[in-house]
Amino acid sequence: MEPLQLEGSPKTPYVHFDPATGLLELKGRSIPENSIDFYKPLIDWIDKYGRTPNSKTALHVQLEYFNTSSSKCILDVFKKLEAIRAGGTEVTVLWHYEADDEDMLEAGEDYAGIINVPFKMIQIAEVDGQ
Amino acid sequence: MSGMLDRVHDLYDELERHRVMLSFKGELSPELITVVLGLVERKLDAIEPDAKSRKRVFNVVVECLQNLYHHNANLRVEGDGTQPTKDPHGVVMIAHADTGYSVLTGNFMVGGEVQQLKEHLDRINSATPDDLREWYRAKLSDGTYSAAGGGGLGMIDIARRSGGKLEYAFVPYDRDSAFFSLNVNVTT
Repeated sequence: MEPLQLEGSPKTPYVHFDPATGLLELKGRSIPENSIDFYKPLIDWIDKYGRTPNSKTALHVQLEYFNTSSSKCILDVFKKLEAIRAGGTEVTVLWHYEADDEDMLEAGEDYAGIINVPFKMIQIAEVDGQ
Repeated sequence: MSGMLDRVHDLYDELERHRVMLSFKGELSPELITVVLGLVERKLDAIEPDAKSRKRVFNVVVECLQNLYHHNANLRVEGDGTQPTKDPHGVVMIAHADTGYSVLTGNFMVGGEVQQLKEHLDRINSATPDDLREWYRAKLSDGTYSAAGGGGLGMIDIARRSGGKLEYAFVPYDRDSAFFSLNVNVTT
């Protein structure tokens, strides 16, 4: 299976999903008008990855901004991971937030309360733009 | 011609008096929204020292512009009535206020959707911050998408970040349409 890599843009995050290591990264900002169009290939990729997942899978989410239309899509990404975890794989979400950004921490806590996957909240100094 | 020139000065005066950082009226494309957001971000970087406030204001602008883009009847004023436009059309203004920032938007919407939006806004305005967080979480996890691709989360998110009440008005127009104005005060 091929890795999925997308460069970041002013409205969409950098994406790097690596099936060999089980390391999935989503970084930058996610504020497109049509989030479903952007997230569909990501969700399809994870779906396929879930058939033969790495024994340890970690998703790093390090977003500076995300809009409400992305928030539903991000939940769908987490749901795919929840399904992979139910199959016996060790799955972790690492939710990065800037020290002063309590809104982003709260958003991570909200997801952690909805999704049956262990979340690790990681405080960072500052997210680089895009 | 001199009348028109006076109006330039009046407009400048008006924008200055209301401490407007940015205003735009016209058709909105995703590309244009990207440009406007870039300008807002640069302005905020220059004038707002508190990172949390910068992020809240930017988030509210993102949601307001996307509401404007998605919930738009594609009409503009012409004479006493309205004319169809190719793309979503509206007005946006971001102003500095003593207590923070105001994000103002206005656009035409379908008249039949006014009542539903009004009820939604009233319900948001009567909710406590804890209620809003609960409501957001419930809507996020209910597994449905709205027609615009969101989950009806936009206004709730705007209210949460604003920390105040959403001020709004509807002006009825012809052809079953209404002009919707929204003022979001983000307290810093």
